[in-house]
Amino acid sequence: MMTISTVPAPRYGLSFLRSRFSDGGGWLAAATVIAGLVLAPIVALALIATQGSGDLWPHLAAYVLPTALHDTAILLLGVGLIVIVIGTGTAWLVTAYDFPGRAVLDWALLLPLAVPTYIIAFAYLDLLHPLGPVQGLLRAVLGIAHPRDLWFPDIRSLWGCVLLLGLVLYPYVYLSARAMFLMQSACIIEVSRTLGQSRWGAFYRVALPLARPAIAVGTSLALMEALNDIGASEFLGARTLTVSIYATWINRSSLPGAAQIALVMLAIVVSLVVIERWARRRQRYAVAAQRSRRTLPQRLGGAAGFAALAVGALPVLFGFVLPVVHLAAAAAARIGFAGLSPAIAQETMNTVSMAGVATAVTIGLGLSIAYTTRLMRSPLAGTLARVASLGYAVPGTVLAVGLLTPLAAIDNAVDGVARHVFSISTGLLLSGSGAALVYAYATRFLAIANGGIEAGFSKIPHSLDYAGRTLGQTAGGVMRRIHLPLIRPALVAATLLVFVDCMKELPATLLLRPLNFETLATHLYAEAARGTYEDGAVAALLIVLFGLVPVILLARMSRQPQLESSRPSSPGASSRTGSFRP
Amino acid sequence: MTIARTARAFLCAASFAAAGAFASSALANEVNLYTTREPGLIKPLLDAFTEKTGVKVNTVFVKDGLAERVAAEGANSPADLLMVVDFGNLIDLVDKKVTQPVKSAALEAAIPANLRDAEGNWFAMSLRARVLYASKERTKLTAFTYEELADPKWKGKVCIRSGQHPYNTALIATVIAKDGEAKAEEWLKGVKANLARKATGGDREVARDILGGICDIGVGNSYYVGLMRSGAGGPDQEKWGAAINVVLPTFAKGGTHVNVSGAAVAKNAPHKTEALKLLEFLVSDEGQALYAKANYEYPVKKGVKTDPIIDSLGDLTVDPAVLTDIAKYRKAASQLADKVGFDN
Repeated sequence: MMTISTVPAPRYGLSFLRSRFSDGGGWLAAATVIAGLVLAPIVALALIATQGSGDLWPHLAAYVLPTALHDTAILLLGVGLIVIVIGTGTAWLVTAYDFPGRAVLDWALLLPLAVPTYIIAFAYLDLLHPLGPVQGLLRAVLGIAHPRDLWFPDIRSLWGCVLLLGLVLYPYVYLSARAMFLMQSACIIEVSRTLGQSRWGAFYRVALPLARPAIAVGTSLALMEALNDIGASEFLGARTLTVSIYATWINRSSLPGAAQIALVMLAIVVSLVVIERWARRRQRYAVAAQRSRRTLPQRLGGAAGFAALAVGALPVLFGFVLPVVHLAAAAAARIGFAGLSPAIAQETMNTVSMAGVATAVTIGLGLSIAYTTRLMRSPLAGTLARVASLGYAVPGTVLAVGLLTPLAAIDNAVDGVARHVFSISTGLLLSGSGAALVYAYATRFLAIANGGIEAGFSKIPHSLDYAGRTLGQTAGGVMRRIHLPLIRPALVAATLLVFVDCMKELPATLLLRPLNFETLATHLYAEAARGTYEDGAVAALLIVLFGLVPVILLARMSRQPQLESSRPSSPGASSRTGSFRP
Repeated sequence: MTIARTARAFLCAASFAAAGAFASSALANEVNLYTTREPGLIKPLLDAFTEKTGVKVNTVFVKDGLAERVAAEGANSPADLLMVVDFGNLIDLVDKKVTQPVKSAALEAAIPANLRDAEGNWFAMSLRARVLYASKERTKLTAFTYEELADPKWKGKVCIRSGQHPYNTALIATVIAKDGEAKAEEWLKGVKANLARKATGGDREVARDILGGICDIGVGNSYYVGLMRSGAGGPDQEKWGAAINVVLPTFAKGGTHVNVSGAAVAKNAPHKTEALKLLEFLVSDEGQALYAKANYEYPVKKGVKTDPIIDSLGDLTVDPAVLTDIAKYRKAASQLADKVGFDN
């Protein structure tokens, strides 16, 4: 143990201020502002909620909530089960075994991440409809002439929704579980094997429990997406809480009522997260001796190898290949029928550039928050980080409505000052421009940025910080020169995840974008809304294709999780655990 | 590392491109339209307007929260004209105080009094009927009442979209206005019991599911028939449209249920003159003909012809129920759909 103090700075003038700030005051102030920005729309929602009399609740309690809670519970349990089984199972499969096609499967398993929920729902209705190819083929094989004579389950149901959401959300778990399995030292697995465990036992009793935090993080991201999903859920007829919030707002014209349900839902989410953290409060997961060999995959030859490939390929086939091939066919037919809309190039540019800017901002904010938590290690900083992640737990449109109030308040205040002082009107600087979208995306996806970066930080021993500070670096200097190079894989992974999410984002984009500004998602939605989602096939395909670029980059990176320890400049990262405490 | 360099170059390009989105347009000869109607539906109308008058139309298509957005933007809102479907939504705009009354002889001459607000806060631009799609192959219906949707003989044979969708909410509200809530509940329970699948999706899926053999009859809006049968939606949809007979149903006591699409001048419209100009164009003979031809809707203006496909559906006898009365029961209708578990 050692005591750390900053290098004494001359106590006068600006450098005194700088030294004060480098102690963390500035970082804490920044984190407070960021948390405040995220909290603003939620506070606005709370204010909206208080305008309601609450007279809606007897009706909700009697007729809406029983179904909504039931459907939401089934959805979360079902999706949770699917993403854990597929995500963890496939991650273990490609880590512990070597079989033909493993190298491809390794990255291909991430591909469904590029498919938005609403797009997979549209695609599967087409595929599984009596008029679609699947039933057509079945009828041909079975010699049935008429669609009515073949019983086939309707995908427009709760189970359909569970299945489809699970298929596109499992990569969240795959990504985090895979990284964790790769980091686990071969020693642990081998020790368990010498102690008499089978391979299955080593997985079930050692690797799996050790990966629990990673699985929990991936699962909670997936569940949050499922909970807030409106596109697929509404389309497939699942009556979730989020769908009920919409009905309350739109059909009963009760925004206060909708805000009340949304806040109750937020409370439920927060308590679930707290319970999960509490349940593993006593457990430590630090992995010592990271330098050790990786687990050597067991070679599977012959039939076993092909079986492994077949099982591992199923999620990719159903979550990506089938819907995307269908979309490509529909898009080709559409281009043949109606030509390519000239606007689509502009929409693609809008989508990619807006997502790019929003991602940069979100990652910057996430980095400040995560670093503040590391720097301060106080309950206050931790709380700020949790608050800054709240936006992910609120349905997109509801959050967007909550954002309207602070956005307009800032705009009108700036305009008021400008009118008063300079006698000019600035109009709506934020809500009339793309800035509102950047704010919305950052609020929604800060949880992903912050979570990913925090995980990266957690692997760096604090001793490095102290060494850096003792050698005269400021807190910012330590981050720039030591942490950033070390957490780069985590940082890039978070960046890519946030980028994909920004590209897919629909509800907030729809409400907050400026005049004459269409993205691929809003274009697709506009077509879907008037029942011509075939016309949106081109846009849907482009969303998937542009989502693929970051996903493939992400996949390339997930194969090199040891990047940081293989870099010669960072010997410290590999020799110590992240749980070092002074 | 290449990833980092690519990312940096990309971010750079992205911020330049995004800058375009931040530049606000301040041309005088323009009008800003906030619409919940899909861009594809109104674009032909707006293009014709711009060509004729030289006034540029800037649009943003918003689904939910249009009124909330205009209200939050307040005095600085760039919105000039608000365009929505469903008279309940039009009345909502007035309730949320985001409209302003306007007076125009051209509008009053073109639109019948029951299809516009007495104060001039909103105006209907077009009409659509809620009609019955019936399988050509499996049914031989020539007349139908909305009440019959609850007839047990259709058990497991009816398709319809969500009971919470404004088109259905308005239909249910009309039943409440006519027969009272208790009878309406009986009726809605009966319809629910007849459903062949979940009440979800869009109106076109009703035709698709009829062709697919999932149901025999269903409820949808009249203009979708035009969009499907004209081939505008592609060869698949043409087949769906060809698989159905369309019956204009009536209430046992009354006519066919219709709804409107409409528009209102925004309270703080910076281009009020242009907004009014656009409204007047939309109800001119030319504008109304476009509504009929491009969108297959019924014009609100007398003397403007409907599209031949819509003509072929038969003569429309509009139900005499007062629109504002029906809007009053919208909340009750939505709650009734919850109560009978229509969407469950």
